[in-house]
Amino acid sequence: MAFNLYYYASPATFYGLAGRLIPWFGWGAALLTIIGLYIGLFVAPTDFQQGDAYRVIFIHVPAAWMGMFIYLVMAFWSAVGLAFKTRLSFMMARALAPTGAMFTFVALWTGALWGKPTWGTWWVWDARLTSTLILLFLYIGILALWSAIDDRQRGDKAGALLTLIGAVNVPIIYFSVQWWNTLHQGASIKPSGTSMDEIMLAGMLVMAFAAWFYAIAAALARVRSIILERERHTEWVKQILQG
Amino acid sequence: MGRFLLTVIRRDLLLAARRRGDWLTAQAFFVMVVSLFPLGIGADPQLLRSIGPGVVWVAALLASLLSLARLFADDHRDGSLEQMLLSPEPTVLIALGKALAHWLIYGLPLLAIAPLLGLQFALPAEAIGVLMASLAIGTPILSLLGSVGAALVLGLRGGGVLLTLIILPLYVPALIFGAGAVDATLAGTGAQAHLSLLGAFLLMCLVVSPWVAAAALRVSVE
Repeated sequence: MAFNLYYYASPATFYGLAGRLIPWFGWGAALLTIIGLYIGLFVAPTDFQQGDAYRVIFIHVPAAWMGMFIYLVMAFWSAVGLAFKTRLSFMMARALAPTGAMFTFVALWTGALWGKPTWGTWWVWDARLTSTLILLFLYIGILALWSAIDDRQRGDKAGALLTLIGAVNVPIIYFSVQWWNTLHQGASIKPSGTSMDEIMLAGMLVMAFAAWFYAIAAALARVRSIILERERHTEWVKQILQG
Repeated sequence: MGRFLLTVIRRDLLLAARRRGDWLTAQAFFVMVVSLFPLGIGADPQLLRSIGPGVVWVAALLASLLSLARLFADDHRDGSLEQMLLSPEPTVLIALGKALAHWLIYGLPLLAIAPLLGLQFALPAEAIGVLMASLAIGTPILSLLGSVGAALVLGLRGGGVLLTLIILPLYVPALIFGAGAVDATLAGTGAQAHLSLLGAFLLMCLVVSPWVAAAALRVSVE
């Protein structure tokens, strides 16, 4: 049978599919993390300018990518949910948000750890740092809105609307912050444009895939518990819970 | 349609005129927040001049949020909002009218107060003019974006703080361009670019916000 998208749009069937996919992505993430960290910590050479401090990029860059990308995926599911009124879409958006916020926070945290030895300061009001911080604020706002609304349908739609208006704003925020930054400080501190060693790039890409796999596994695990909670009155959930 | 919009605006203006206390509270809040900054960081005119535009703008954001928490809440509590939503007129016009009325009541007076605060912060006359221009373009943005937030948190416990959390990140471009216009004037580079971008952001908010706010109202009242 061909892969039928509509078939899996039903929470009952998606629950089983997610359950089968989680081990693959979960173990994949673990394996890729081990390989990526091995390359990053032992194989990749020490940077001649930044010393060993640069090695934090193996966590930092994938985390920053995922923080931004997960927001886009949330916006996508929110738009799909509002347009087609599919229940699963809102559940996916809810399941993704905590992982996205976590990655954004990790990106800021590891960025500070990298900035101290390299730039000599934990924090600068650099355009990227500032817009990542505002992205974290957006995540926090959406999570706070969800937790404040008890009614499930209202929470789904309100969160989706906020996610979408945030997504429209993200490029504007990014460019405004970038422009504000160039106006305020003349010579900004930037890492020198050293071209990246191939093995470093390889390590970073492996870690990026690890972050992807982890995000998928975490979101699927979370969406499974959301499905169980919401469909607890249905027959199939009762069967699973008893059997 | 135009008449319906005017009716919504006139009704809110009338309600505000009957409750002058609320109106004065928001303006007093704005003045006090701005006046506290020199007390906290010292009265050096050079320092005040460099932080003045940003302080006035941040205070304007906070003052608008203070009043936005009640934008739909009072009408929701006495049931008149549901009656308005039941009317055959489009919800978008209700959202737009409410946002415009909010700007007339709470945004416009900030323009009149801002020059005095500019003097407190030792801003030159030219910069004060640009500050007023940036507030004139920027405060409608605050009312429009804020109406979305107010509609989303309608009737929730702790709605005021929640409104702050979800709306302040969205205000960032208005803050940057608004305060940036005055900074650019002080630096001698001219405020034209900032004011143009602020205007572009206003037009975008004018087109998008009422629709989202209307959708949010429907979700919240259902």
